[in-house]
Amino acid sequence: MATKENTPNAALLDYVLGVADDSLVLGQRVSEWLGHAPAMELDIACSNLALDLIGQAQLYYEYAAELDGQGKDADDLAYHRDAHEFRNHLLVEQTNGDFGKTVMRHYLFTLFSKMRAEGLAKSSDEKVAAIALKSVRELEYHLRFSSDWLRRLALGTDEGNRRVKEGLEDLWAFTFEMFKDVEAEESLYEAGVVPRPSSLKDAWNEQVAALLEEIAVAPSARKAAPTKGRVAGHHTEHLGHLLAELQFLQRAYPGLSW
Amino acid sequence: MYTTDLRTKEQKQKDQREAIAQVGEDDIAFQARIDDDQFIEPKDYMPEAYRKTLIRQIAQHAHSEIVGMLPEGNWVTRAPSLRRKLILIAKIQDEAGHGLYLYSAAETLGVSRDDLVQQLHEGKAKYSTIFNYPSLNWADIGAIGWLVDGAAITNQIPLCRTSYGPYARAMVRVCKEESFHQRQGYELMMAMAKGSEAQKQMAQDALNRWWWPSLMMFGPPDEESTHTAQSMAWKIKRFTNDELRQRFIDATIPQAEALGLTVPDPDLKWNEERGHYDYGDIDWDEFWSVVRGDGICARDRIQARVKAYDDGAWVREAAEAYAAKQQQSAEVA
Repeated sequence: MATKENTPNAALLDYVLGVADDSLVLGQRVSEWLGHAPAMELDIACSNLALDLIGQAQLYYEYAAELDGQGKDADDLAYHRDAHEFRNHLLVEQTNGDFGKTVMRHYLFTLFSKMRAEGLAKSSDEKVAAIALKSVRELEYHLRFSSDWLRRLALGTDEGNRRVKEGLEDLWAFTFEMFKDVEAEESLYEAGVVPRPSSLKDAWNEQVAALLEEIAVAPSARKAAPTKGRVAGHHTEHLGHLLAELQFLQRAYPGLSW
Repeated sequence: MYTTDLRTKEQKQKDQREAIAQVGEDDIAFQARIDDDQFIEPKDYMPEAYRKTLIRQIAQHAHSEIVGMLPEGNWVTRAPSLRRKLILIAKIQDEAGHGLYLYSAAETLGVSRDDLVQQLHEGKAKYSTIFNYPSLNWADIGAIGWLVDGAAITNQIPLCRTSYGPYARAMVRVCKEESFHQRQGYELMMAMAKGSEAQKQMAQDALNRWWWPSLMMFGPPDEESTHTAQSMAWKIKRFTNDELRQRFIDATIPQAEALGLTVPDPDLKWNEERGHYDYGDIDWDEFWSVVRGDGICARDRIQARVKAYDDGAWVREAAEAYAAKQQQSAEVA
């Protein structure tokens, strides 16, 4: 129920949707590995990652639906918005590629999303803080998993090193978006509801540089692409396909319960 | 069943002749332990034929779990709600876990997982025929949980008391998780069967396609199952194929009725005298054609597994090389 104290806040709603979309899209990507991973142990690990991410998405969507106050539920938000309405970072929608690229994507994004979740866990919004706090522990495991695998791959063999580097080159241009402040979110940063993206940038860059040095992978010189990106709904071509698959049944048979 | 004997009649007879030729004093003591309901453990004496039969059965079961991830994985990215997606991912995760667990049980018998996987990829090892059928609509995910896991449990609950200790213990855990899958599958079917006309049609279509293949999972009828006697004597198997099939049908028909769906067997009826359902003829030609590898998904399934393995070779090599380097530097330090 909308009361004076918790009047739907368009900026917060948009922000929470963005966090939910990040989790759902990355979880969907990771789940594509099931049955096809390089080792059975990795089928199990990928299931774990996907379960955590989609579970987090569900909690954030539920809260977004509450903020929205239009009687929608989590599934309505996940299954009935089109690609241009999705607020996920372009990094998470990038295709899996080989396992080296998948692990690189997971590392680059999780390092950011864990910092973001740590900030959100201190949010003045209690609901956001509670969901974020729960997710931090999961993301710690994701970060350990992905950085350990980057070490194995890049320090194990020359081929592993080469593929990890390829993954980095494919993905680097999409990392800049994570640290872009959003004008519409200024009030949220000011009020301490959510962390300011640009405030995470230095720590993130430092940690990434340290890991790349440790695993003997040269940094990427690639620059951000000239796009307005997620805030304007300008995604890469990949998101439309991902959503076509994800939303197929709900779109073909709307209004049913499953 | 995941563990049904899929050897040809000739191969079974050959194996049996070899088994009989080898009986010695140890074998008599071994059989006495079995008759006394003791578990056989990895380091205990066991006849070669017993070991061979178990390796075949456990490996086939493990392969079935791993190949079984594919028809379900086919719907993970299209699951119609977040809740259903989470349930399906968790189920597939359990299956990967069962596969690993069972390969480990097989390894206690002196084979390696790599060799067993190699046999699967080369088409030398069998897996349950059921996974060479396609999952075509969302209700198939319900039907697989309800019928396929249901049939698997019917077979595997007696295997919790099978004579080989590591296998029996594996089965206890596997059965617990599969009972859970079976209930979730049935709950999905219920949601579909009580849903819109389109959903109900999907549910009926899924039942139509999965019913007979599920019955075939129990393997050929008893009169054609020549090895059953030996496996029963060893307590590797505790009930015959037909006994288990009947048990499954008797349990499942009332469930189908509660769903308001029709089992695609015009001859199906309750037999008051027997206290069981009578059922129509199973198409054993279809069963053997799928066993031979003519199932519609057979080539796709193996190709998908081979591709995953080949594409992942560099990942496994890098991980092994890294572990070796770590160990080396630990030794130097």
